[in-house]
Amino acid sequence: RLANVPQSLLIEVEDKVISPEKAEEAKLKARYPNLGHKPGGSDLLRKRLQKGQKYFDSGDYNMAKAKIKNKQLPTAAPEKTEITGDHIPTPQDLPQRKPSLVASKLAG
Amino acid sequence: MAGAGGDMQWCLSQAKGSLDDDVTEADIISTLEFNHTGELLATGDKGGRIVIFQQEIENKRQPQYRSEYNVYSTFQSHEPEFDYLKSLEIEEKINKIRWIPQKNAAHFLLSTNDKTIKLWKISERDKRPEGYNLKEEDGRYRDPSTVTSLRVPVFRPMDLMVEASPRKVFANAHTYHINSVSVNSDNETYLSADDLRINLWHLEITDRSFNIVDIKPANMEELTEVITAAEFHPHQCNTFVYSSSKGTIRMCDMRASALCDKHSKMFEEPEDPSNRSFFSEIISSISDVKFSHSGRYMMTRDYLSVKIWDLNMESKPVETYQVHEYLRSKLCSLYENDCIFDKFECCWNGNDSMVMTGSYNNFFRMFDRDHRWDVTLEASRENSKPFQVIKPRKVCAGGKRKKDEISVDSLDFNKKILHTAWHPQDSIIVVATTNNLYIFQDKMN
Repeated sequence: RLANVPQSLLIEVEDKVISPEKAEEAKLKARYPNLGHKPGGSDLLRKRLQKGQKYFDSGDYNMAKAKIKNKQLPTAAPEKTEITGDHIPTPQDLPQRKPSLVASKLAG
Repeated sequence: MAGAGGDMQWCLSQAKGSLDDDVTEADIISTLEFNHTGELLATGDKGGRIVIFQQEIENKRQPQYRSEYNVYSTFQSHEPEFDYLKSLEIEEKINKIRWIPQKNAAHFLLSTNDKTIKLWKISERDKRPEGYNLKEEDGRYRDPSTVTSLRVPVFRPMDLMVEASPRKVFANAHTYHINSVSVNSDNETYLSADDLRINLWHLEITDRSFNIVDIKPANMEELTEVITAAEFHPHQCNTFVYSSSKGTIRMCDMRASALCDKHSKMFEEPEDPSNRSFFSEIISSISDVKFSHSGRYMMTRDYLSVKIWDLNMESKPVETYQVHEYLRSKLCSLYENDCIFDKFECCWNGNDSMVMTGSYNNFFRMFDRDHRWDVTLEASRENSKPFQVIKPRKVCAGGKRKKDEISVDSLDFNKKILHTAWHPQDSIIVVATTNNLYIFQDKMN
């Protein structure tokens, strides 16, 4: 068993036997062992179809505000992560979308 | 037009856009399209703005200056919206621009974001009426009692003003994100395609649209493919094609039935099952489909190649061109950084003898179909001086790197050329980097 051989060398050996694409696949599966078997299937496509989905329910938000009364609402993490589940998004969490007031730089 | 690709000498004519290393997101170019004569070039960006450039006509007679394009009009086409009912943010990014063939002095184009298509009229005003009886020149009304004589208002020349106005708004017909619009050769109808459906519109009618393709499964768990692009045949007004994320192209005939769910032809290259990998389906996804000007062929772009199909042969493409085969051994990292999902477009030259598509590191590729010749060029201000012939580039896939070659690992994957355009009649090409536009012309001595 090649226990002491470094990982990079192992893949090079595989390169000679199988296609570069399959070698890349082996690399990916090594990094993400839980990766599903259907890459082009439902999960990927449904993620694509859901682009733009933002989660803000004014009912949830107002109820949470009423319940917590004196306490502060839990605020979102500073990074832009998808807000779902227990966290109640606030209007401030939704990025304000405003049209460009500046002209395109292509126009000189 | 010039002869073989190998004889062509491309020179940088103009570079437009900000020189800032920091790219403002709104400035990211999202679409590029010449009109039918090549006189106008439209660009759309992520900020929902359209900039139209016009070819300088005086310079057309001097071949070395014929590719000078200057700003003709710029306007805000789409604005960001929020669909509160579906909790969906609607980007203002312009996905596609398509010109309507010109019928009168004004120019018309269709522009679309993810949800709404708009018909814009771009018209010139170079005269204005002067000499009203009841109004001053600045618009204030005159006291009628001061009017002692009458005059006939006349049109006097004024500085050219180009106005863009939205004439029609085609909204609320797409649940999913619009990826294509295509004007029919009948000049009356056009199609719009989203991930799962294709709709047919009449250019004059905004409150009705016919659904002609619907691939949404009854159970979304069974979803296996989405529509990636669609286009009408350039001459046959009953024919259109749409490509899929599984690498197939379906051709439909609208005479056959109202709902074109059953294709009349299906173009698919058989795959060797022993070569199948995790990446196979992702890299086979077609990002663009374009008919040739002749209408005999169509071209598709998938992640690594450009394929030319003869419309009479469904079993396999007649030509396959490798754009950047060296990326096949980098698919793992390209999947991790999402580059594997980049949607490259492709285009034909005016006489269908050459095709062009973009790549990474601000490289773009040109293939001469007749002479089996190809070249890699770069859109870069540092490496090109105006009117100097640009040098071909070469990527070293492995082994010893020669001088002037770039190794695959040095490629900048943030510098993508997704959009290119070829003048319909002349050897002038336009290439869009992230936020800049490069115009090249063939030297033509």
